[in-house]
Amino acid sequence: MQKIRTPYLLLLPGFAFLFTFFILPIVNLAQTSTQTPISGGDTGQYEQTLRFQNYIDAFIENREQFGRSFVYALIATLLALAISYPLAYAIAFKSGKYKNLFLVLVIAPFFTSFILRTVAWKQILGEEGFVVPTLRTIGIISDSTTLTSTSFAVVMGMTYNFLPFMTLPLYASIDRIDPRTLEASGDLYANGFTTFRKVTLPLSMPGVVAGTLLTFIPAAGDYVNAAILGSPNTKMIGNVIESRYFRIVDYPTAAALSFTLMAAILILVTLYIRKAGTEELV
Amino acid sequence: MAKKSPLSPEARSIINARVSRRAVLAGIGGVGAAGALAACGSGGDSAASGELVRWGNWPLYLDFDEENKTYPTLDKFTEATGIATKYFEDYNDNDEFYGKVQAQLKLNEDIGYDLVSPTDWMAARWIRLGYAQKFDAANIPNKSNILDTLASPSYDPNRESTLTWQGIMGGFGWNTEKNPKGIRTLDDLFAPANKGKIVVLSELRDTIGIILLAQGADPATVTEDQYMNAVDFMAGKISDGWIRGVKGNEYAEDLTSGDATAVIGWSGDMFILASENEGKFDFTIPESGGTISGDNLLIPSTATPEAKASAEKLINWYYDPAIAAEVAAYVNYVTPVKGAQAEMEKIDPELAKSEYIFPTEATMKNLSVFRSLTPTEETAWTEAFQKAAGN
Repeated sequence: MQKIRTPYLLLLPGFAFLFTFFILPIVNLAQTSTQTPISGGDTGQYEQTLRFQNYIDAFIENREQFGRSFVYALIATLLALAISYPLAYAIAFKSGKYKNLFLVLVIAPFFTSFILRTVAWKQILGEEGFVVPTLRTIGIISDSTTLTSTSFAVVMGMTYNFLPFMTLPLYASIDRIDPRTLEASGDLYANGFTTFRKVTLPLSMPGVVAGTLLTFIPAAGDYVNAAILGSPNTKMIGNVIESRYFRIVDYPTAAALSFTLMAAILILVTLYIRKAGTEELV
Repeated sequence: MAKKSPLSPEARSIINARVSRRAVLAGIGGVGAAGALAACGSGGDSAASGELVRWGNWPLYLDFDEENKTYPTLDKFTEATGIATKYFEDYNDNDEFYGKVQAQLKLNEDIGYDLVSPTDWMAARWIRLGYAQKFDAANIPNKSNILDTLASPSYDPNRESTLTWQGIMGGFGWNTEKNPKGIRTLDDLFAPANKGKIVVLSELRDTIGIILLAQGADPATVTEDQYMNAVDFMAGKISDGWIRGVKGNEYAEDLTSGDATAVIGWSGDMFILASENEGKFDFTIPESGGTISGDNLLIPSTATPEAKASAEKLINWYYDPAIAAEVAAYVNYVTPVKGAQAEMEKIDPELAKSEYIFPTEATMKNLSVFRSLTPTEETAWTEAFQKAAGN
């Protein structure tokens, strides 16, 4: 008897936590999402009428921002992957005694607040940063072009902010690759590219899958980068939810949008994992 | 308007102190996580029990002594009355603050503040919902010092449960290098040189108010058609790439960084920018008219009778012209207290001439107050504005 009870007792704090801070709010959110304004009521007063049409209305009205969120998140994820892979590879195989130092450097930006890091990007890409004048001198952008308040800035900010989420899982799985498999590949007359394609990449797939998920999911729901680095024409679904909740005080639409976002991410992730294979996640 | 007189060293040090604090806040402002800066208590131990006022106010909105990290006028209040104060700079945003306390207000549980500082339209909501307490007039004899223009707003015609903390003028701000002729009209604002570098306020009552005035409508009596028409105008300017952002105080950073060259902005911010960057920025009330609004002192329904009495004494304190002048010298918004200008002469004669803090009769006449909205309007109009802003 004792043996059966122990695991449940151990799980109790976790369950209690998740129940209070995840299940209850989710139930509350679900209830809110089908409410409608009380006629003659004040701002922010709603009653339950089980209006599921809220979901359809909310989605149709904001499909542009939904689309944008997923496109931005996808681009940011791919960019992060393109930057992180060589980085993780270099740290794992080529950094020698500096390995730990480099790892700390990857994580170091996390010691500052997310928002401050994003504001820093605003300054880097701003008129008085060094990027804009440099690009103007070279003639890549015209005098009237600015980099802030563009989708470029938003995607760059997202790529940067989520980079460690991509780098660390990649590093973990690349680091686990036995170098002798690479040597064996060379012994079998594979050139560098073939070795990468047939040995390194397949063996690092768990890192790729984990990294892309850890980047894509928060990126799709992000609103800080769009708020600080974007313009009204680059708003994402997170901004809409924020505005619905706090500015318009339209809790039902905010809740319906949150659920739709969760569902969309869940579906995309499921399809992705199906394709990639669950065994890759370990 | 606004002749920018060179400032006295005292005023400059005050402003610089404020700006250095602004820099700290810069990053956190927009997304509202400034809670870290909260809670500066003063005189906690000396006061009799129950004699305590907890005041939630906007950041950088009370005179602050950078060296001693104290609020001088607040400390003097405690000395004079024996009432302790706890001052929280955590009223960052009307909607956000309301979202935070509304559940407790509904249940009539302590919200943690005995005095809050909502903007007019939010104060109107608090009063409407019964979340504001009526003042005991005997505790606030200085109430009669309020400026005539602010004395009877539609949401509280006799100022029974609110008094203005500071008045805020909305108008045009610009970079004088990029707009050498200045900006007097909406056409000046949307001049080709400013294309893609215009920021407007996320406070719809100021941005739309100014557009309405330019279109010949009056914010004080605006109809739904007129309003939606003005919102469409803004939406068009956003989709055509004229307006780069719809923001709160952060527009000031965009001006200094050069990302914005012209804005619809607030007098207090522009005063600081103008005096900090000798001649580089300027502000004016549009020819067709500007907006004025106020942040109000309001006692929530959840305050105990003792705390309410203390809060009233605190309100009375700040309606003393001499004290109001001290605050005005620091915050640079329109002071709502009669006689403060005369008191300011003693502190800083130059500042006493500032149109930013003491607008003349003529300027005052050119300012409009946005009318109160019904709950249905509030939701629908905010939604239209937010959608135009990309949300």
